[in-house]
Amino acid sequence: MIEAKNLSKSFGKQLIFKDLNFTINDGDFVSLIGPNGSGKTTLVKIMMGLEKKTSGVLKIDKQTIGYVPQFRNIDIDYPLNIEQFVRLNLKFTLSPAKRRQDNATIEKILEKTKLTNLKDRPLGLASGGEKQKAYLAQALLNDPKILILDESTASLDVEVKMQLMDLVEELNHKYNLTVIFITHDYELTKKYTSRALFFKHQTIEEVNVADVSEDMFDMGG
Amino acid sequence: MFGYEFMREAFIASTFIAITAGLVGVFVVSRNMSFLSHTLSEIGFAGASFGILIGISPLAGMIIFTLVSSIAVGSLSSESSRREASISAISSLFIGLGILFLSLSSESSSYATNILFGSIVGISSKEVNQLMILALFVIFVFIIFYKPLSFDSFDHIGARAAGLKTRLLSIAFLVTLALSVSIGAQIVGSLLVFVLLTLPGATAKYVVHTVPKLIMVSVGLSLAGVWLGLYLAFVTNWPVTFFISGFEVIAYFLGLSYKNWKLNH
Repeated sequence: MIEAKNLSKSFGKQLIFKDLNFTINDGDFVSLIGPNGSGKTTLVKIMMGLEKKTSGVLKIDKQTIGYVPQFRNIDIDYPLNIEQFVRLNLKFTLSPAKRRQDNATIEKILEKTKLTNLKDRPLGLASGGEKQKAYLAQALLNDPKILILDESTASLDVEVKMQLMDLVEELNHKYNLTVIFITHDYELTKKYTSRALFFKHQTIEEVNVADVSEDMFDMGG
Repeated sequence: MFGYEFMREAFIASTFIAITAGLVGVFVVSRNMSFLSHTLSEIGFAGASFGILIGISPLAGMIIFTLVSSIAVGSLSSESSRREASISAISSLFIGLGILFLSLSSESSSYATNILFGSIVGISSKEVNQLMILALFVIFVFIIFYKPLSFDSFDHIGARAAGLKTRLLSIAFLVTLALSVSIGAQIVGSLLVFVLLTLPGATAKYVVHTVPKLIMVSVGLSLAGVWLGLYLAFVTNWPVTFFISGFEVIAYFLGLSYKNWKLNH
């Protein structure tokens, strides 16, 4: 469970948001929506401990978060194959027993994310959707309870977007994984998320997903 | 040729240099630091001539200069565009300083040639021991940091998201890079040490796709280059650096062609 009470953040004199109050329960599929620069990514960074809050309370177990960032530097010459890319998130070990366990975990994650047949493909040569699945698999490696997707679907075409989100939805149902989805995508918000937190005027309000409208994604803000 | 002591010393020294450079090179390439390693070798040249000027060993001068400047560059800026510009500025300054120090000291210009272009005859057994200790230290650091350094080098954004201390890793890496430059320059010279630090690692990435294999191929190419280079230099009396860089460049283009061929088949 994630609980925020009067959570505020400013950079110097610039206020990003103030007095956020919300609760996210285990197994929720929540979208964070609102214009660019409204503080969605900043909130997520505070959740992960990459930024410090200015004031207020945030209760969250940082150890159990998997994060799929918006950008990644993977060019066509990127050398590692998909399995090796996912393995980067493993801890170092010399124990053979732990290694066997790690190999089993990798196999399971690749299966969960439907990457088993693609595991030997160099990531640089993978399609946009395959790349996102690999990022997802890496984030899921340490068995997080919370998964944060930071506009992970932004660069994908519609069909691939849906496939990726179907997969996330499946993980959400099967493993009671809490999903926090930062998005500018109206359709995906409607189709997949069960709750929506709307950033506006430096604060946050919970909106019924049925009431989410396209102008809430207005880029200009 | 192993009948000559200097050839034995040169072989041992270059074996350690090749292993270190091949290993570090994989990470130089994946962290996009080829340009920085080039600059560090120029800084190394200034350091070596500074060492000669004040009467300490050129290797010690090199290590001091490369260590200080690599950490300075590393903490100056993490933004790559700004880093490029500041590296250029720093590098120009150090080439100038290197030339100044050499002209102020009384050493002959052949000494400068040795520092810049490398030499297989100039290595004493005491220096070989120093190189071995430094090389083993670099390898040791890599074993300790292997996992987190791989994560940070091959997926910086993911490593940050997973909560790794990427700044600390970056400094640890820069220290080993500075040491590798200083070690490598003893044989191939400071102008071409970046050949060993970048080309084998870059070639490896066209042919294999796991971190351990990248390291193996890179170290292998680097060893093959220096061994072959030493042998041919001994036989022909041509500069060893020519053979090493020739070999690594040919290997690089073969690797690139292999990748392109594989893409089309």
